[in-house]
Amino acid sequence: MNAYETLLLDTAARDERLVVITAENRGHMRTVPPMLGDRFIDVGIAEQTMIGMAAGMAVRGRVVVTHALAAFLTMRAFEFIRDDVAISNAPVIMVGMVPGILSDGNGPTHQAIEDVSIMRGLPNVNVFCPCDEREFIDGMRVLLDSHAPWYVRYLSTPELPIDRVAFEPGRATVVRGAALHRPNVTILTYGFLTRQCIEAADQLGRDDIHVRVVNMRSLKPVDTEAILHAVATSELVVTAEDHLLTGGLASIVAETLMIHGKGAPVLTIGFPTWFRPGRLNEVLEYERLSSSAIAQRIRQRLADIVHPPAEPPSHHHEVSHA
Amino acid sequence: MTHEQQDELEQVALRVREHIVRMSTNGGCFIGASLSCADLLVYLYWRFLNISPETVNDEDRDVLLLSKGHDVPALYGVLAERGFISKERLAHHLSVEDIIYWHPNRGVSGVEFHSGSLGHLLSVGMGMALDARMKGLPTRVVVILGDGELNEGSVWEACLVASALSIDNLVAIVDRNHFQANLRTEDLIPLEPLSEKFRAFGWDAMHVNGHDMRSLDKCFGSLQLNTGRPTVVIADTRRGKGLPSIEEQADRWFCNFSADETDALLDELNGNARATITSERLIVR
Repeated sequence: MNAYETLLLDTAARDERLVVITAENRGHMRTVPPMLGDRFIDVGIAEQTMIGMAAGMAVRGRVVVTHALAAFLTMRAFEFIRDDVAISNAPVIMVGMVPGILSDGNGPTHQAIEDVSIMRGLPNVNVFCPCDEREFIDGMRVLLDSHAPWYVRYLSTPELPIDRVAFEPGRATVVRGAALHRPNVTILTYGFLTRQCIEAADQLGRDDIHVRVVNMRSLKPVDTEAILHAVATSELVVTAEDHLLTGGLASIVAETLMIHGKGAPVLTIGFPTWFRPGRLNEVLEYERLSSSAIAQRIRQRLADIVHPPAEPPSHHHEVSHA
Repeated sequence: MTHEQQDELEQVALRVREHIVRMSTNGGCFIGASLSCADLLVYLYWRFLNISPETVNDEDRDVLLLSKGHDVPALYGVLAERGFISKERLAHHLSVEDIIYWHPNRGVSGVEFHSGSLGHLLSVGMGMALDARMKGLPTRVVVILGDGELNEGSVWEACLVASALSIDNLVAIVDRNHFQANLRTEDLIPLEPLSEKFRAFGWDAMHVNGHDMRSLDKCFGSLQLNTGRPTVVIADTRRGKGLPSIEEQADRWFCNFSADETDALLDELNGNARATITSERLIVR
């Protein structure tokens, strides 16, 4: 039994309100159906119906975990999430499997790399992106008692070697370089890439580039103080995410700086478009998201700050008025 | 049903239609669909649903959901006549001071869920019905669907799932007025044979004259729930029912009448001469 199954069964045992619904994605919860009885529902490949049903149950007093592939959960059922869950402000915890880069070889149809953007764009809907299985479980315990809608990027990766701070919505944690008074670089990240960012920080440290890594954890609410602190203390702020560069953490940082009238040298690491499908490690290299690629991109950006590149050639043309 | 009971329901339905007509001015409303389901809602709230202003928050209450949503003036009229909300409140239709507008808002007492986007509330109702079943409650969930709404794939997806999950405390009612916004359903996306479609999806299907109280009483009196199958009632209705001057007219979907016109329509409703309507036709909302 994995930690997720244990969490669901323990929660169900102490909270009779809990119902788990899946759109035929049982791979990570095979022991749950027989144990939960009629409080486990599999609607088949029907994400819209799953979300509508979850909203109907939640407004009648239940806490519902819906579990489906992140791309189809957030996009096929988007309007149901908006209309039935968000407008109702109903406690539906929407867990998206294989989010971000984890869809590896599936191709663009399965790539949930717009998910943070569209989910955080909905009033009432919060967004949690854990960095490993342990953080997923710790956060889920809080979410299940939060009486609010949440979108969660599911992650079952092994435990990262980081200090733990109890999960709190809107509170980031420093996972590398906490002791640094003025780091050269602060990397703001979340989810799967947290490991790559920690390793990149360690590599850069060997070159005397001092890096702090901040795990944002919840993207909405977001830890504004953590962003402003990064800007105030670092020469360079980096956002790293397995998400499109529009709407995710890069956008959140831009919005935060604009609202607070701050500016900073930044490097935004993410996807400009759908990524090249393939084996996960190869995708990380190809898309320059491996730890060494992230370290290299940071070195380059720092060099550009110290020695700005020459102005790009002008593309203006003389316009002749005949 | 005695003749006295029938008379009483018909009188209530007439008052509900008057409310609807009054909501069709000063901004207007979707009057056609509201008039087609008015008798149905009156019957359900007076004779079928186990819900009242006193039990509106009881856990075991029956639930009615308006999936098509823009027939909500009929529901607000019914809720006012039944005492869930005050009749004075209907005068606030479209006022930003209240939350009574073109689609249901569940902040209004007696409204169980909001709608507006088509094809949502069958699945929401299924969630409510399953919740009741898990709790061992006698709750029945009734979902009113528009026939035009049946264009939405999510309705049929939900039908498949309702059948698979044997949700048999669920009744879908199709307000079969044969129109969608601008056209007759059969001229655009034909639905017939409709009951066979539902039966093929594993549902029990019944037909009823949606304007005849005795027919409604016979249908809902014989309704067999807890059979292992969900039930659909296809209610044969007429869009704009009660107002011959707009009844069954394709371009009288959404109407915004002048005050003089609504006065004339109230007369027409009460059996007097047909109103002369000069308002703009086919207002798209």
